[in-house]
Amino acid sequence: MTSLLKMTWVEAKLFLREPVTVLFTFALPLMILYVLGGVFGNEANPGSEGDMVVYGGYGPTNWYTPAYVGLAIASVAMIGVPAHLAEYRERGVLRRFRASSVARSMFLSSQLIVAVLISTIGSVLLLALAFPTTEVEGPESAALFLAAFVLGAICFSAFGILLGTVLPSARAAQSAGLLLWFLFMFVSGAGPPPEVLPGSLNTIGQYAPLTPVIRMLQEPWLSGEWAAGYSVAVLAIGVVSAGAAYFLFKWE
Amino acid sequence: MVASVISVDRLRKTYGTFVAVEDVSFEVEEGEIFGLLGPNGAGKTTSVECAQGLRVPDAGDISVLGLDPRTQGSQLRQLVGSQLQESALPGRLKVWEALDLFASLVPGGPDWREVMERWDLTGKASASFSSLSGGQRQRLLVALAVVNEPRVVFLDEMTTGLDPAARRATWQLIEAIRDGGATLVLVTHFMDEAEQLCDRLAIVDEGRVVATGSPQSLIAEHGGDLLIHFSTDRPDVSFLDAIESVHTVSRHGPHVTVAGHGPVLALVGAALVRNGIVPTDLRVQQSTLEDVFLRLTGHGLAE
Repeated sequence: MTSLLKMTWVEAKLFLREPVTVLFTFALPLMILYVLGGVFGNEANPGSEGDMVVYGGYGPTNWYTPAYVGLAIASVAMIGVPAHLAEYRERGVLRRFRASSVARSMFLSSQLIVAVLISTIGSVLLLALAFPTTEVEGPESAALFLAAFVLGAICFSAFGILLGTVLPSARAAQSAGLLLWFLFMFVSGAGPPPEVLPGSLNTIGQYAPLTPVIRMLQEPWLSGEWAAGYSVAVLAIGVVSAGAAYFLFKWE
Repeated sequence: MVASVISVDRLRKTYGTFVAVEDVSFEVEEGEIFGLLGPNGAGKTTSVECAQGLRVPDAGDISVLGLDPRTQGSQLRQLVGSQLQESALPGRLKVWEALDLFASLVPGGPDWREVMERWDLTGKASASFSSLSGGQRQRLLVALAVVNEPRVVFLDEMTTGLDPAARRATWQLIEAIRDGGATLVLVTHFMDEAEQLCDRLAIVDEGRVVATGSPQSLIAEHGGDLLIHFSTDRPDVSFLDAIESVHTVSRHGPHVTVAGHGPVLALVGAALVRNGIVPTDLRVQQSTLEDVFLRLTGHGLAE
């Protein structure tokens, strides 16, 4: 237990010592917040005749803000974590850990905890900037949104650890993570309104693992309801990812 | 009879069609520094990684401290210390953080501050791993390898890439670990390192052990002739040919070279004195492990 706490603490400090990673991880969702938020404003579109109803009838900023919290989780899980794990494997850090009998479960748990912590920092930062500088309103249910955040951050971080486990090199992890992050952003409801996306992209969106995370975060924010179906999907992604990562994990 | 701490018997390990270890057997006794000497790619690293349970051999029996690394690997790794080749720490990890973290991995482990003091790292406590010199990195990695007070320590190519001063300092570290009571297995491709540090060693080449013994006994057995050089004005030194352990006597002007084996040095010296020759430049040229290696394998140790 002490070693898990030590490992987690050290890993968290190491993350914060990488200025480029920190900037990238935290700045990417913020950039999207101001660029897209600036474009769409927060005027709800009630769907007057001949108009398409977008954002499910909600104000764009209200729609996007919880989605960006999902992007903050995703940028840690998909851009930060996989490259970090792959780099550790490449440089022989994992060899060093293993030779000192670091347990696989302990190491992977510490990575998960650190990812969730950093997602939390990123999300708090995002919300702390969004409220005073945009017209965002909400959430309808803060408690359910918080619960959705905790579940989403844990499960999607497990997905990031799985990526870091299967991607062969730090370079591959970095490019694949970044590419997937942008793809998922566009198709999962955090980019253009889903109503305007062509059918094929919406199909991809249906299967992108970030989509249920974002829907699960949006539902309590916009309507105050718990998105039961999406939360089951998120939980399944988390459990399958964690199990697969545990069994596929290689120290070298 | 000293108990064997490590026993490796007919180890074999292949990666696909590549045979990394063909047939390696050796025994390591308690408290000694045992070397595996051979060129890169000889199978030394694979052998010690199998002994630590980090790789699974295809065939052969291994016992380390009475445990089978194949089935009791994680239990074993708590009892051994290890400095692996191509292993590193995160670049921005500080020295004290590394010691603190690795000490916490050992149940009831030592106070990391003491470890830091013992290995003379206190002055570098807040330095990051990437800012350390090669010698300082080795000192830290050794400190981490022995933080669990292991009974057996594996050190793989400790001094590769170090400057001569740092190499000497690392040799002292290795002797300090042994003086602490641990048994050491040293993997190296440096002949001088093996000769200087090892009580016994196995010469490994192309996945096989070609000879085992103390450096002196290996040199005596496989090193070939002892060469004795001196110079004299005396035209006739044929009395040396009569000495039993002398093989050849050759001469270029005043310079005489006698090749022989066994007690040849004492016998030649005595014969010279008896015949009134007392050269001031008498010197002996002994074979080195390099010669032993060359003789046993037909090629040099250099990469």
